[in-house]
Amino acid sequence: MITALLIVFPLLAGIITWLLKDKKAAWFAFGASILEFLISVVAFINFSPGSRAYELNVNWVSQLGISFYIDMDGISILLVMLTTFLVPLIILTSFIREYKNSSLFYALILLMQSALVGVFVAKDAFLFYLFWELALIPIYFIALLWGGENRAKITFKFFLYTLFGSLFMLIGIIYLYLQTGPDFHTFSIDAFYKVRLSPVEQMWLFWAFFLAFAIKMPIFPFHTWQPDTYSVAPTQGTMLLSGIMLKMGVYGVIRWMMPIVPYAMGANWGGHAAIILSITGILYASVIAIMQKDYKRLIAYVSIAHVGLISAGILTMSFEGLQGGVIQMLSHGINVVGLFFIIDIIFQRTNTRMLSELGGIRSQAPQLATFFMIILFSSIALPLTSGFIGEFLLFVGLFNYSGWLTALSALSIIFGAVYMLRSFQLSMLGETSDKTAGFTDVTGLEKAVLIPITILIFWIGLYPKIFLDISEPAVVSIIDVIKNTYSLK
Amino acid sequence: MKTLIVVAVLGIISMLSDILGYRKILFPIVLGGLLLALGITVCEWNAPAVYFDMLVVDNYSVAFSSLILGLLFLWMILSQEQYKSEFNMADQFALILFSSVGAFVLVSFSSLVMLFIGIEVMSIPLYILAGSRKSDLRSNEASLKYFMMGAFTTGILLFGITLIYGASGSFDIGAIKEYVANGGGETSGILYTGIIFMIIALCFKVSAVPFHFWAPDVYQGSPMMITAFMASIVKTAAFGAFYRLFGFALSELNAEWASILSIIIIATILAGNIMAVGQTSVKRMLAYSGISQAGYMLMTLLVLDERSTNALLFYAGSYSLATMTAFFILYTVGKEKNSEDFDIFNGLAKKQPLLAIVMTVAMFSLAGIPPAVGFFAKFYLFAAVLNAGYTALVIVAVIGSVISVYYYFKIIIAMYGKEAVSEHTPAQTSLKLNLVYQVVLVVLVTLIVLFGINPTILIGVI
Repeated sequence: MITALLIVFPLLAGIITWLLKDKKAAWFAFGASILEFLISVVAFINFSPGSRAYELNVNWVSQLGISFYIDMDGISILLVMLTTFLVPLIILTSFIREYKNSSLFYALILLMQSALVGVFVAKDAFLFYLFWELALIPIYFIALLWGGENRAKITFKFFLYTLFGSLFMLIGIIYLYLQTGPDFHTFSIDAFYKVRLSPVEQMWLFWAFFLAFAIKMPIFPFHTWQPDTYSVAPTQGTMLLSGIMLKMGVYGVIRWMMPIVPYAMGANWGGHAAIILSITGILYASVIAIMQKDYKRLIAYVSIAHVGLISAGILTMSFEGLQGGVIQMLSHGINVVGLFFIIDIIFQRTNTRMLSELGGIRSQAPQLATFFMIILFSSIALPLTSGFIGEFLLFVGLFNYSGWLTALSALSIIFGAVYMLRSFQLSMLGETSDKTAGFTDVTGLEKAVLIPITILIFWIGLYPKIFLDISEPAVVSIIDVIKNTYSLK
Repeated sequence: MKTLIVVAVLGIISMLSDILGYRKILFPIVLGGLLLALGITVCEWNAPAVYFDMLVVDNYSVAFSSLILGLLFLWMILSQEQYKSEFNMADQFALILFSSVGAFVLVSFSSLVMLFIGIEVMSIPLYILAGSRKSDLRSNEASLKYFMMGAFTTGILLFGITLIYGASGSFDIGAIKEYVANGGGETSGILYTGIIFMIIALCFKVSAVPFHFWAPDVYQGSPMMITAFMASIVKTAAFGAFYRLFGFALSELNAEWASILSIIIIATILAGNIMAVGQTSVKRMLAYSGISQAGYMLMTLLVLDERSTNALLFYAGSYSLATMTAFFILYTVGKEKNSEDFDIFNGLAKKQPLLAIVMTVAMFSLAGIPPAVGFFAKFYLFAAVLNAGYTALVIVAVIGSVISVYYYFKIIIAMYGKEAVSEHTPAQTSLKLNLVYQVVLVVLVTLIVLFGINPTILIGVI
C-alpha cells in the first residue's frame, strides 16, 4: 500500500497546489514533498529485500490483462528515495526567485514526481509506459511556460524526440504482450520475463527499447535535444530532467530491457554496439564540455558524459556494472542538482552564465566556493566522494568486459578533471569581474539545499554499504533472470 | 430499428415545430427524444432481431447506434450557439436527425440495398447542411463539391453492389458470405471488381487517400458545427458500414483485398499527416487530421476479429469525442476573431484557461498521449493489428502519430507559449462562456480523461 501512497500522494497534493494561491502554493508544495520524503523514509527503513510487502496487484483493465501492479525492490526503492529526496530540494531552490503563476508551477513538479515514482515502481508494462509518458507532460509544460528564449521550439523538439522513441517502445511492449500466454495475454513483468524469443526478435526488440531509453538518457547520437532543453528550461526543470528523469532511461534498461532481450544485449549489433555508442558519447560530450562558454550548457554536456559511463557500465550486464550504475545514478542525481543550483545562484547574482564574465567569486563568497568544490570533486569522482564509488564499480564492470573500452572511457576521468577544474578556475578563482564584484555569500535558504547534498555526497562516498546492500539482492535477481532467459534460446 | 423510428419521428416533429408553433420547447423535446432513443437502443442489447431481411439488430449495431446517439446528444448541446444565432433551428434539427437516421441504417444493414439507402439518407441532408450559410461563397462551394463528389461515388457504389449481386445473386450479406465461402466459382472476376468498387466508394465516405480531396474543402467551407458533425458522427457511421460489409460478408476474401487496402492505409496515414503539418487554418488541419485518423481506423479492416471490432468502436468513439470538442472550441474562439488560423489561439491560456485546458486535452487525445482516451484507443488498435501480424503497418502508424504530434502541438504551443497578438483581440472580455458551456466542457474533459484512465467498461463490449 505504501507504494501506491507514494504515487497517489504527490498527485493529490499537486491538484490541491494548483487550486491554491501562488504564495501558499509554494509552501504547500514544499510541505507535501517533505511529507512524501518522510513516507519514503518509512518505506526505506522497513524495507527488507526479498519480501513482497510493498507489492500491490489490482486488476485494472482485466479484459486486456492490464493490472495496476507495483512493487519495490532494492533498485526501485533507491530511485524512489532519490526522487523524494531531490524534489523538496528542487522546490526549495525555486524560492530564490519568483515565478509567475507559481501554483501551476509547483503543481506540475508534484505531478511529475508522482509519475516518476510510478515509473520506478511499475511492474506492469502498460503501467510503466503510462507513467513514462505522464512524466513527460509536466516537464514539457514547465519548460514551455517558464523557459528561456526560443523555448517553444526547443521544448517541442524535446517532446517530439522522446515521444518518437517511446512509441517504438510501445510497439515492443505490445509485441511482447502478444508473446505471453498462451491462453491469456498479460502485461505483467513476470510474464514478460518468461517470454521466449528468437535472436532475431530479440534484436528488433532491443533496438525498439533502446531507442526509447537512449533518447531519454540521452546517449550519443540521440542526445541532440538535451543541451538546448537543459539550457532553456527553468533551473528546476533542468534539475528534474537531469537529476531524476534521466534515470528513467537507465532504470528502463535495467528492468525492462536486459532481462527480456539478454541475447541481443550480448550480440555485436546489440549490446556491444550500444556500449560503443555510450563510450563515444562520453568522449564526444567531454570534448564539447571543455569548449563550452555557457556554464549551464557545460553541465548539460557533462551530464551526457556521465550518463554515458553509467549506461556503458550497466550494459555489460555484470554485477559490478549494475551495482555501480545504481550507486552512480544516486550520486549523479545529487551532484547535478547541486551543480545546477550553484549555477543558478551565480546567475541570480550576476545575471550571466558566461564563464568569461565570471571570476573571483571565491574571494567574495568563500562558503559557496567550498560547497561548489565538494560537489565538483564528487562529480569528477575523487575518492571519499559519492562519485568515486559508482565510477569505480562501473570501471570494474567495464574492465571485465573489455580492457580497451575501459581505457577509452577512462579518458573521461582526465577530461572530467579538465572541464570541471577549468570551469572552477574561470568562475571562482582569479580577479573579480565587474559582474562578480558585489557577490554575496550563500544565504540560509541556499544552505538548506546545499548542506543535505553535501552530507549525502560524503555519506555515499564514505559508507556506501547501506545502499549497496539494499540494491544487491535486486541486482542479483535481475542477473538470475538474465541467465534464465539467456539459456532459453 | 426502434432507434431509427424514434429518431425519424423526432425529425418530423422538428420540421413541424415552425408550423405548429412550439419551436421554443423544441430543444428540450429533441434532447429528451434522443435520450429516449438511447434508452430503447440499449434495451436491444443481446436481443438480436431481423427486420424484413433488410436490417439486423445485433450487438454490433446496438453498440454503434448508441455511440452515434451519444455523440448526437453531445452535438446538439455544443452546437446550440451556432444554430440559434445563424440558422433556422427547426430545419437544422430536422436535417441533422434525418441524416442520423441514415447513420443508423448504415450500422445495421443486412442487405446491400439498405447500405445504399443508408448512405443516401445520410448524405443528402449533409449536402444541404454544408451549404447552409447561403451567402458565404465557401459554404456554397463546399456544398456543391460535396454533392458532386458524393453523387459520383454513389454511382460507383451502385456499380459495386450490382456486380456483387450479379456474381452472388443476392443483396443479402449472409447469402453473399455463403457464396464467397463456397469459392465464388467462375464469376469471381465480377465479384472482385465489385469489391474494388465498394472499397473505392466507402473509402470516399471515410475520406481515405486518394479519395480524400473533397474533405479539406468541404470541411473548411461548411459551418463549423456541421463540419464537426461530418467529422465525427458521419465518419463513425461510415466506418460502421465499411466494417460491417467487409467483416461480415467479405471476410473470407481478406487476402484478396488486403494488399489494396494496405496501400490505401499507408497512403492515408502518411499523406493525411504530412498534409496537415503545413496548414495555417486550424479547421483545415483538423480535416487532414481526420483523414489520417481514418487511416488508423482502416487498419481494423485488415484484421476482422473480435479485437479489431472493439478497437474500431473504441477508436471511433474516442476520436469523435476529441474532434467534436476541438471543433467546438475552435468555433468559440474563432467566432470572436472571425478567423480559423492558428494564431487565434495565441495566449489563450491566460485569457481563458478553461478553454485552453480542454483544447489541450482534446489535442492530447487526438495525438494519442496519455492520460487522454486517445492514447488507449491507439494502444488498443495497435495491439489488435499487431496481433494479426501487420507489424510494418503499425510502424507506419507510429511514425504517422509522431508527425501528428507536430501539428496538434502547434495549437498547444500557441495557447501556452505565445503572447496574444493585440490587433486580433480588440475585445478581450467578450470571450465569455456561460455556465452551461463551462459545465459541458468540464464534463468533456472528465470523459476524455476518465475513459483514458479507466476504459474497462468500454473494452470488449461487442
